Amino acid sequence: MAFLEIDGLRKRFGQVEILKGIDVELEKGGFLVLVGPSGCGKSTLLNTIAGLETITSGEIRVDGRAINDLHPSKRDIAMVFQSYALYPNMTVAGNISFGMEMRGVPAAERQKAIDKVAKVLQIGHLLQRKPSQLSGGQRQRVAMGRALVRDPKLFLFDEPLSNLDAKLRVDMRIEIKRLHATTGTTIVYVTHDQIEAMTLATKIAVMRDGEVQQFGTPAEIYNNPTNLFVADFMGSPAMNLIPATIGTNGNALSVVLQREAREPINLPMANAPAGLSAFQGKPIIFGVRPEALTDPEGAERNASNIATADCHIEVVEPAGSDTFAVTNLGGKGVVARLRADANIQPGTSTPLAFNLTKAVFFDPATENRIR
Amino acid sequence: MSAVTTPARQASGGVNVKIINRIVIYGLLALFALFYLMPLFVMLVTSFKTMDEIQNGNMLALPKAPTFDPWLKAWGETCVGLTCAGIKGYFWNSIKMVVPAVLISTMLGALNGYVLTKWRFRGATLVFGLMLFACFIPFQSVLLPMATILGSLGRFGVTLQNSVGTSFGLGNPTVNLVFVHVVYGIGFTTLFFRNYYEAFPTELVKAAQVDGASFFQIFRRIMLPNSMPIFVVTVIYQFTNIWNDFLFASAYAGTGDAMPMTVALNNVVNTSTGVVEYNVNMAAAMIAALPTLLVYVLAGRYFVRGLMAGAVKG
Repeated sequence: MAFLEIDGLRKRFGQVEILKGIDVELEKGGFLVLVGPSGCGKSTLLNTIAGLETITSGEIRVDGRAINDLHPSKRDIAMVFQSYALYPNMTVAGNISFGMEMRGVPAAERQKAIDKVAKVLQIGHLLQRKPSQLSGGQRQRVAMGRALVRDPKLFLFDEPLSNLDAKLRVDMRIEIKRLHATTGTTIVYVTHDQIEAMTLATKIAVMRDGEVQQFGTPAEIYNNPTNLFVADFMGSPAMNLIPATIGTNGNALSVVLQREAREPINLPMANAPAGLSAFQGKPIIFGVRPEALTDPEGAERNASNIATADCHIEVVEPAGSDTFAVTNLGGKGVVARLRADANIQPGTSTPLAFNLTKAVFFDPATENRIR
Repeated sequence: MSAVTTPARQASGGVNVKIINRIVIYGLLALFALFYLMPLFVMLVTSFKTMDEIQNGNMLALPKAPTFDPWLKAWGETCVGLTCAGIKGYFWNSIKMVVPAVLISTMLGALNGYVLTKWRFRGATLVFGLMLFACFIPFQSVLLPMATILGSLGRFGVTLQNSVGTSFGLGNPTVNLVFVHVVYGIGFTTLFFRNYYEAFPTELVKAAQVDGASFFQIFRRIMLPNSMPIFVVTVIYQFTNIWNDFLFASAYAGTGDAMPMTVALNNVVNTSTGVVEYNVNMAAAMIAALPTLLVYVLAGRYFVRGLMAGAVKG
């Protein structure tokens, strides 16, 4: 039995169904990230777990106990809000201990808890300040302190890093990960940033329009997307999704990619997924991540199925650690990720290695994965 | 050639126009200020003059021998109707009426605003619309219905007095006026607080809920401490309105000991025994106007923006 279980959760606002039957579960000490574009229902889902929104049907259980009819304060949860939601009229210490004060914890005990949390988060010198006297990162820390001090069963984070600047965001991301590792708490975390999702999560639920598109470990989500949406949403730079057709190359199936003013590329498939044979001669979407499309010298040596083809390079973007090259296949700009020192010039033709072991295929009609 | 001279001429012309504009604007403003300050000036200087000086001198002239006597007389001796004990009793009448009326209506408005924005229920917008309607009802149209209701409350008070031993203030003219002003003020105070709380970050309320604070704990610990600016605005508005009210005061407490300041002032001026004591009348009027001025001076200091800074975002 999992620690957090969400069963067939539905939420309706009048005629509009916001959450359309969510089934998710998380083991104790796990880190679940709910990720998706704006309006996909991820924040609503978090609010229903917190008890700040009612649910229409379904059940939410924490540690075997149904909590969906309990008041937020009785659910043994703590929440970090997107805007931090620090009480502006109270000091940092007051903010952290407000919950304990409401529960009638004696002052001495409160002080002890405040000191402990302040030590963990290194905010001891800020305790007597008001929120308006803190920087963005300090406010973020105080907001986390307010959650930590409760020592709850479940932590809920609602896009906690989205108000920070890029550098601080990376720092706080690492800090949250470290906090999770050291305290071993169970966390549900909402974000629209797929990098946060990949780096923090032990489990990811990719959501769209109130439905979970795919639920799994970060590696599963990244390497085995179930549909076009997940493939497109996760990963940066995004997966190349190239319109192609399935042809034959001798006995094997092959992927046929159209090119501008040249004959199509024909990539032979050594171990094509079984479902692909039904698509012979039909259009499909060929998905290949930029790192699986690289210069032949940089290609993975022990990958079983690598095909090389000449591609016309339109743009070269040196990014320091890598060089990104844009070519045109199937009428779309396709990004290849090369080694930083790859010798490549825009406007020339260069052989690129397609790692077909990592390639995925989608049915353009249903947008589902062909397996 | 023209290419060189034209910009220069335009520039100097621009400066001249600017200066003329300034002169016109400040001249007009000074004129209006003078126009508005003139009565106050006349009142002030008259209240410090003796009757002789008023009858024989220039209205605008400064007092030759300034005296506090008119003020003392207005406060303690002048005749209101037939009793000649000054206006001090009526001044306290007004205070006793205004302070509870302002506080009750402001607190109710804050509570209404809190519910209408943070605890939305079906039809909340309609309820707010109806409350807003109270702001547009003319005073005169509620005079008679309110008199009927106050009369019934008074009779109920008498019944209570006879059966329980206390009337709980029902039928008392001061209590009646507090009631009327609270009812009439709720529309405005609700409007003020609702609009303020509409922009108040809802996440603070949610955070407090997760922290286990109850409905009233959130109101008292989170909402009210962060409402200083609108609280001050509402208090100033309500205090000025209720203190200056004459219609309700004269209709429901127009005679007797509970008469508020505004009605008393009217009676001071209307009392005609011998000469009209302009200096005393002016002093009485100044005394009547002082509390509203004082509220502006004291409360205005707290009327600062930016109290919400630091609540959300960076």
